[in-house]
Amino acid sequence: MNIAIAIDQIPQDALPSASEAGPVPTRIVVAYGFWIFLLSDIVMFAALFASYAVLVRSTAGGPTGAQLFSQKTVAIETACLLFSSYSSGLMSLAVNSRRYLRAYVGALVTLALGAIFLSLEIREFLSMIAIGAAPQKSAFLSAFFTLVGCHGLHVALGLIWLIVMMVQVAVFGFAARVQRRLLCFSLFWHALDIVWVGVFTVVYLMGVSS
Amino acid sequence: MTEAQHERAPGDRPSREMDASAPSEFLVYTIGLFVAILLTATSFWTANTTLLWPGGVLLGLAVLAIAQMGIHLVFFLHISSGPESTNNVLALAFGALIVFVVISGTIWIVADMNTNMMMPSGGPMIMKMQH
Repeated sequence: MNIAIAIDQIPQDALPSASEAGPVPTRIVVAYGFWIFLLSDIVMFAALFASYAVLVRSTAGGPTGAQLFSQKTVAIETACLLFSSYSSGLMSLAVNSRRYLRAYVGALVTLALGAIFLSLEIREFLSMIAIGAAPQKSAFLSAFFTLVGCHGLHVALGLIWLIVMMVQVAVFGFAARVQRRLLCFSLFWHALDIVWVGVFTVVYLMGVSS
Repeated sequence: MTEAQHERAPGDRPSREMDASAPSEFLVYTIGLFVAILLTATSFWTANTTLLWPGGVLLGLAVLAIAQMGIHLVFFLHISSGPESTNNVLALAFGALIVFVVISGTIWIVADMNTNMMMPSGGPMIMKMQH
């Protein structure tokens, strides 16, 4: 008798099948689609990482990574991106609880840290080109500028996206579609930080220590 | 229909009304930040120290980076092992498989070609892989 009751209760605790639960909310469909896009973006970065790893020794008599990279700049860039990832996480909490002031502050901090990261990276690129370490110098430098530049381009697009989203929050408020786009933005920004973990490890730290 | 019956959107956390025992979201992000800072600092220390055996530094850096990516996924992107995020985890696992195949396959194949196309002894080694 008790066993029969226990068996009866099992299906109620388990998740119902997709057809029983009804149509999936748009928020989940949109975020899942963006998740698939992010994974394909990361696969593209994997190809760039692979070509960098293959070409890293092909310096053609030009400068090597150990001669070019400044670890201090990389440490500041890493800190900027990590803290901007944190502040964008706090921003998404404020968005979910519909708090305007916290969302704006989180967005501004994210924007400022992202801009500092980008300006440091552009300065690093320009100083490398100024001493003759331009992309056309060697296969190593071509691979370096492609990989790190592609990440920098993503950060720049993310900053533009964030500004557009803040305008949308100001105009439309926390409408459902604005909240969905902000969820996608925070996924994008966290994914960029994950790619940067690979960049600073593979390009900068391994380049300096070996 | 409540959302708990569905898959969870990637990046979303279960809300506290549904699961009162879940830690606050602010706390989750803060723990993730501190662990990530710790791992980053360890990475920079590993790359610069002379205390460690040089041959193990690259492996150590790779392990630290993968650990930090895991921390970001769990604490910032809220990937969990719960039944409601199965789809997200499956997609992630497939992506990780492709990333692994692309990177390790490329390095393996090109290293193999490098070895086989090496000049005879005394040949100009500088010709190797100079595209």
